[in-house]
Amino acid sequence: MSSLLTILIDGLTYASWLFIVALGLTLVFGVLKILNIAHGSFYALGAYAAASFVGWAATMKWAPGFTLVAMLLAAVAVAAVVAPLTERGLLRFFYGRDEVLLVLVTYAMFLIMEDVTKLIWGANPYYVSEPYGLFGNIDIGHQTYVGYDFVLVLLAAVVGLVVWWGLNRTRQGKIVLAVIHSSEIAASMGVNVSRVYMLAFSIGIFLAALGGAFTAPMISVQPGVSVGVIIVSFAVVIIGGLGSIEGAALGALIVGLARSLAVHLAPVAELFSIYCVMAIVLMFRPEGLFQRIQSRKI
Amino acid sequence: MVRHQGLAVTWQRAAARSVIGAVAAVCLSGASQAQETFKIGIVSFLSGQAAESFGIPAVNGAKVVIDAFNKGAAPAPYNKTGFGGMKIEPIYVDENGGATKQVQELRNLYDRDKVDAVVGYVGSGDCLAVAPVAEEMKKFLVLYDCGTPRIFEDNKLNYVFRTAAHATMDNVALARYLKARNIKVGSFNRINQDYAWGQDSKKDFTWSMEKLYPEAKAGEDQLPKFGSGQYGTEISALMSKPADITHSSLWGGDLQAFILQAGPRGLFKKSQVVLSAGDHVLPSLGEKMPDGTILGARGAYGLMSPKSALNDWWWDIYSKAYNVYPVQAPYRMVQSLLGLKLAVEKAMAANGGKKPTPEQLAAALRGLEWDSPAGKIRMALGNGHQAIQETAIGKTRYDAARKMVMLDDIVRFPAECVNPPANMKSEDWIKAGFPGAKGCP
Repeated sequence: MSSLLTILIDGLTYASWLFIVALGLTLVFGVLKILNIAHGSFYALGAYAAASFVGWAATMKWAPGFTLVAMLLAAVAVAAVVAPLTERGLLRFFYGRDEVLLVLVTYAMFLIMEDVTKLIWGANPYYVSEPYGLFGNIDIGHQTYVGYDFVLVLLAAVVGLVVWWGLNRTRQGKIVLAVIHSSEIAASMGVNVSRVYMLAFSIGIFLAALGGAFTAPMISVQPGVSVGVIIVSFAVVIIGGLGSIEGAALGALIVGLARSLAVHLAPVAELFSIYCVMAIVLMFRPEGLFQRIQSRKI
Repeated sequence: MVRHQGLAVTWQRAAARSVIGAVAAVCLSGASQAQETFKIGIVSFLSGQAAESFGIPAVNGAKVVIDAFNKGAAPAPYNKTGFGGMKIEPIYVDENGGATKQVQELRNLYDRDKVDAVVGYVGSGDCLAVAPVAEEMKKFLVLYDCGTPRIFEDNKLNYVFRTAAHATMDNVALARYLKARNIKVGSFNRINQDYAWGQDSKKDFTWSMEKLYPEAKAGEDQLPKFGSGQYGTEISALMSKPADITHSSLWGGDLQAFILQAGPRGLFKKSQVVLSAGDHVLPSLGEKMPDGTILGARGAYGLMSPKSALNDWWWDIYSKAYNVYPVQAPYRMVQSLLGLKLAVEKAMAANGGKKPTPEQLAAALRGLEWDSPAGKIRMALGNGHQAIQETAIGKTRYDAARKMVMLDDIVRFPAECVNPPANMKSEDWIKAGFPGAKGCP
């Protein structure tokens, strides 16, 4: 029983981390139809920005609790500065082109951003571990968990609900949905599609940066942190269905639980478990769990 | 008289011509000597997850040492300018990108950049991929860092050398340290990355424990992927069935993340954690490194390096240049370059002072011995192509006054104690109970 509980908790905490990042990935694909390979780079940028902001907060002698605000501000800064620059300065020139070309463009961005982060922050590691201890430890059964892990679960739930509510219950969200359905018709109805694209891309990048910023206290922030997260995030959105928020949530939960089960019962099958689940889902639902089959437009 | 004068003028002219000719020849020869360079391709991680802990510190080490060689500023017997008078011209290449890319990059270094030798590779997978290519191309290759024992145990190579001991030494030494310090081990868990280095390290440690602690039970065997970053689930698994010892060969960002996540959850208090390659995270982690962790450096490196004039010189030039003390990767880089320097100069001496061919270089390095900052390096295994060296294991303690992690309770292991003999594979040697092991504490 306690093993089952441990597996569930581990699965949930891993899934919450994955969900925050995968949600941004699926949102960008849903609106802009871009499979953003550079999403992990924005995650890394969020982690680096958090390291700088938390360091700055420390020099300003902010109370320890405000380091979380500093991390949030770091994600906002990345979204406010880098996302519009990237979307307006590069991506918009490729809209309407083959999706494969956009994959190559974002792959090039990934390579460039890896070097840019190294030019700005260097190769030495950054530690932002202070926020990790803010919420103390929680003993459950034989295990001791760090309270921060459960804060991440809460953060993922809040982020998921806010994005869902924003898309489905606000006027701006309905405009975004109209653009997702058909950008041409939305444009003919007077929607500023370019603005919607920039907004959606910025929110997607904010989510990637938020994931990176709140992961920073658990890792050493250094070159290469962008790689691991992007591969698993793709598995999540493919399982859930590209462009679906509910799909990203369920996909993250499935991946998190499958991985947790494997690590506890058959560690050698850790990676296999994730892609095995993905293969099974795709066998029965090639379009993912929450993606409707779409007719091809001519 | 006139005739004499004429003769004298002729003689003087001839003498002057000869002198000018000789001077010109000397100058030309000097110029040609001065222009002669020895090109080295240095391959290490300049980007990606292995850059911070291994790749860049190693390249930094190469830069200060090559600079000292070119100025003739290294201590004897390494004090000849460059390599035997030839200026060393390094070309740095990023190891990031996978084994297939490395194979192509290696071909480019030999074919396009015309390097005389390549020194490189941190990743065991990369070493396994590039070694047969250098062999096929009949080009000189020195592996300076990677740890998998398989390279020379499974292959007979003529042009490829490894100037550092392989991972068997690290894990045998860890197990022997536990025994030497009378640490009770009833059970042990393991967490290692799921690729050649992690798998080989796990096997060597497990087999060593079976011999030194036959009653100890092997428990959890976690194999996270390289670059995982998130270890919450693995830590839960290790803590579900806590063992007396938790062994790991994690390194770089993975090791740092594991320590940052496992420390607050109490793993280091519930179990004695032993790290086979953990020294390189000490300068950056500082007080975040749990006290009492037993760790190795894959050699007598960094805080465990022996006292010697050569080590003092190396420690000094590296620390002054980078404001941090050298850890294992730069140590292994400098020992490979010192060995290469002696081999080139030995081969040149046998070749009439001319730049040696790959075959002559290989003959010079095969079976060579030289002093390094970490002690004596001997190319004793793999038909003289694989090095052995002494190693050391210590225990961490954060020194608040110095604001750095110190290593206490250091035990040194002679090379013959923790490396297999020339005629045995590592696996067979450990499983046979370390026959021929000498000088073990």
